Amino acid sequence: MSYVHDAVVWLNDPLNWKGQHGVVQLLVDHLRITGLSVGLASLVALPLGIGFGHLGRGGAFTVAAANVSRAVPVLAVLTILVSTPVGFGDRATVIALALFAAPVVLANAYVGMRGVDPDLVEAATAMGLSGGQVLRRVELPLALPLVAAGIRTAVVQVIATATLAALVGGGGLGTIINEGFSTQDYGETLAGGLLVSLLAVVAELGLAGLQRSLTPASLRPPRRRRRAAAVLAEAPEDPALAASGA
Amino acid sequence: MASSAPNPWLDWGYVRDNRTDILTALEHHVTLTLETVVVATLVSVPLAMLARRFGVLRAPVIGLSGVVYTIPSLALFALLAPYTGIGSRTVLIGLVLYALLILVRNTLAGLDAVPDDVREAARGMGYGPLRVLLRVELPIAMPAVMAGIRLATVSTVALVTVGVVVGYGGLGQLILRGFNNNFYRAEILTNSLLCVALALVLDLLLLGVSRAVTPWARGRS
Repeated sequence: MSYVHDAVVWLNDPLNWKGQHGVVQLLVDHLRITGLSVGLASLVALPLGIGFGHLGRGGAFTVAAANVSRAVPVLAVLTILVSTPVGFGDRATVIALALFAAPVVLANAYVGMRGVDPDLVEAATAMGLSGGQVLRRVELPLALPLVAAGIRTAVVQVIATATLAALVGGGGLGTIINEGFSTQDYGETLAGGLLVSLLAVVAELGLAGLQRSLTPASLRPPRRRRRAAAVLAEAPEDPALAASGA
Repeated sequence: MASSAPNPWLDWGYVRDNRTDILTALEHHVTLTLETVVVATLVSVPLAMLARRFGVLRAPVIGLSGVVYTIPSLALFALLAPYTGIGSRTVLIGLVLYALLILVRNTLAGLDAVPDDVREAARGMGYGPLRVLLRVELPIAMPAVMAGIRLATVSTVALVTVGVVVGYGGLGQLILRGFNNNFYRAEILTNSLLCVALALVLDLLLLGVSRAVTPWARGRS
């Protein structure tokens, strides 16, 4: 009980919100690192996934990348990168997180492209569309929801994972948790845990809502059947279900 | 900053000199992983069966485990540690909570995939509800359950490392020790590689187990 009280006291102290190591600045850092690493990952993985999907190759590579990224601890990659000439700070964090975001984006882009009805591709080809035109006018628009889902999952996952950067001297909201643990101030630990959890859950729900509202009605899964298909509907996203907590 | 002392990434000398530490950390890592997977399986399979029997429970069970899954591991440990203490118990509880989502979802998907005809036929042969479950539904759902267990095991091996914050991160403990020890590269890389190797070995072992318990699925894939 008293820990909750301590956490509330910590959260109510304006000094903890302002300045270089205040919550606001740490949140901004956290989101900047997230944006940079997902951007970097998308830059590499999107063309690769879309290309692989279009050509129908590279499936084994995609699956392997997704599986390996699940088995490798983020903490290990962060520590290894910080110990190379890349060194301390945001750069190492961004690269490490991008390495974990890339397989998610890649797998979803690939699955999305492969999921396009082959009859449609054949019909488009028969109408005289070139490979590039089929890609741009038929496959990409149909694959878009899954491609976007991949980026969304990557964002949520990176927001979660970026907390670990604090363990190796990086910034972000994990700093609060780490500081709480190292000074045995469990009020602060709890406050940090609450803030980070809140951020992750808000990001997940917010982006899911955003994606739904941006998806053209014709491509949306019908609402009424959603409950019955709840588990199965997630299936295409499954390659993306890399440990978000990692 | 640039030190002239050699600091190789791979150094057999490190392994030789720290054999006891490495083996202890590895043992913690393996123990935590196995405990997590066993406890999570024991909780999630009945949970999935309940959710399947009582449709009302399905949405809350999936939803709640989904929310827990969204919470970053470091934050989850931070929320648990004040109450469960500094030590392996906190790590175990946190990891079980994560593994639940994967296992519940896969078990439910497996049970959902049992054809109604098969269930009907079993009932027609005079099977009671329990026998239908144990003799018909669970065996048919077994491949999906095993896939969930494999997935949960591999993610758990990676997640154990985050347990360093409460002093019980298995090999993660040594990874961070190497980091704090003036970037002792051999210590960092050796233990990172051990982590990945452990995930791989456990996954292969479980693949063998899942083949053994579903002999009828052999030859198909």
